[in-house]
Amino acid sequence: MTDYADSGPATPPTAPAGLVSGALRMGDYWLTVLARTWKGGVITTFVTPFFYVLALGVLLGGFVEADPATLEGADSYLAFVAPGMVAAHAMTIAFSEMTYPVYGMVKWQRIYFSMIASPLTASHIVLAQLGFLMLRTLFACGVFLLVLAPFGVFGTWWGLLMAWLVQGLVVLAFGTPVLLFSLSIKGEESFALIFRLGMIPLTLFSGTFFPVANLGPVLEKVAMASPLWQGVNLTRMLALGEIDWALAAVHVGYLGLLAGVCWWLAVRKLDERLVS
Amino acid sequence: MALFTAAVSATVARPLRGGEAARLLLWRNILVYRRAWLVFITGFLEPVFYLFSIGIGVGAMVVGFEYAGKPVDYREFVAPGMIAASAMNGSLLDATFNFFFKLKYNKLYDQMLATPLRTVDIAVGEILWNQLRSGIYVTAFLLIMVAMDLVHSWWALLVVPAALLIGSAFGAVGMALTTYMTSWQDFEKVTLAMMPMFLFSATFFPVTAYPEWLRWIVEVTPLYRGVVLCRELTLGVPSWGSLVSVVYLLAFGAVGLVVVRRRLDSLLLT
Repeated sequence: MTDYADSGPATPPTAPAGLVSGALRMGDYWLTVLARTWKGGVITTFVTPFFYVLALGVLLGGFVEADPATLEGADSYLAFVAPGMVAAHAMTIAFSEMTYPVYGMVKWQRIYFSMIASPLTASHIVLAQLGFLMLRTLFACGVFLLVLAPFGVFGTWWGLLMAWLVQGLVVLAFGTPVLLFSLSIKGEESFALIFRLGMIPLTLFSGTFFPVANLGPVLEKVAMASPLWQGVNLTRMLALGEIDWALAAVHVGYLGLLAGVCWWLAVRKLDERLVS
Repeated sequence: MALFTAAVSATVARPLRGGEAARLLLWRNILVYRRAWLVFITGFLEPVFYLFSIGIGVGAMVVGFEYAGKPVDYREFVAPGMIAASAMNGSLLDATFNFFFKLKYNKLYDQMLATPLRTVDIAVGEILWNQLRSGIYVTAFLLIMVAMDLVHSWWALLVVPAALLIGSAFGAVGMALTTYMTSWQDFEKVTLAMMPMFLFSATFFPVTAYPEWLRWIVEVTPLYRGVVLCRELTLGVPSWGSLVSVVYLLAFGAVGLVVVRRRLDSLLLT
């Protein structure tokens, strides 16, 4: 008989002390993922948003003649559209990172299963996954904002800093529901639908490219209820330096609540999917 | 259906006649999409959303817009741009991502070539399916334009074949490029080509927005030719320039088809 006792790990696996320390145990995994995949996302992450600003903000903006009074505090169409695009970009990252990649972790490469086979639990996995998403978004949106800065569209430096930081919240408000969705579906065909019926209309009608007032009184209210408008308006107020603090608090509360509830549900769903 | 059963129940394998092969592949795609009908239906929404958002939402702030020296409603300017751009997007996505998956992971074409189908049948069959789909989408879009009172000329009917021409040209070239790709990372290059064409080919603003030298570059890109072709038709002002666009797109697609046929032969038959 072979003595198997010697072939095990030098120290037996121990349960992590807390949520964060458990999530940090996956830090090297996520760093490796980043090191091996960052090249594939360079164009979609940095070039695409810049081209959108150039095409719609600068070139189409040259044909826009709007009274600054109707542009929600922006003094030009470019200044109006730029912060909206930053928030929309954070949302796009949430959609692209939380759909096919997450589905692959459950269904194709099944990486989540190897994670749960350790002392880690679903809460740790979700925290590490969303933490990675948030850092990645903050980096991408930071670069985007820096590229926009020379266009002279921002109000104050501290407003710009806060506009950058709230992208972490915006990405969570979209990342958590999309994560929940990806953990719940049976087949990957459903992704085409959330891109076409979710992401694209949200991008186009949530006050990113034009003031929601242009939608008419009824649709304006619908657009204002969308999480992207909350994020866009928050980002725009901060970036332009024209802040209604009470409204900003509402936006933060809305996005925080959405992220919190969906986070909790996503942990439960992942646990259900991996353990039971 | 009858053709399908006849083909599969034939006991002796024989070369398929011209149209037969293409129709078989078409039937296969219809069977596949029958299970994803919602994906099929929602496929035409994207250009409509763009028309509503940029055309109407942003368009409300665009005043005194002129095209070819005449004042034009900005919505009427953007709508044909969306037809051309979505014809390109739809068939390029199909001809790159989906085609790559079938070629490399599904090994679908290897299976098909074990039958009397030839590589050229596969290329033609895929493009035909693609065109059937985008024909349905562009017709739906045209009906929406009519309902929004954006169409005032019978020339607009020709935008359907024009969109099919754009789609098949890009489809053929896209498939040809896909045969050279080795990993998903290569598709970043597809995005890198598609996205600037979508944004800068006079889809949302006229070429007069560019300096002269840049204008020349934009005017020789294939999507620009498609956009002006569609625009001249829906605005009812076709010109000799439209014919140039048609010939350009035909040549563009023909080159793609020749390359894709050669490449498929060497990839799948050797």
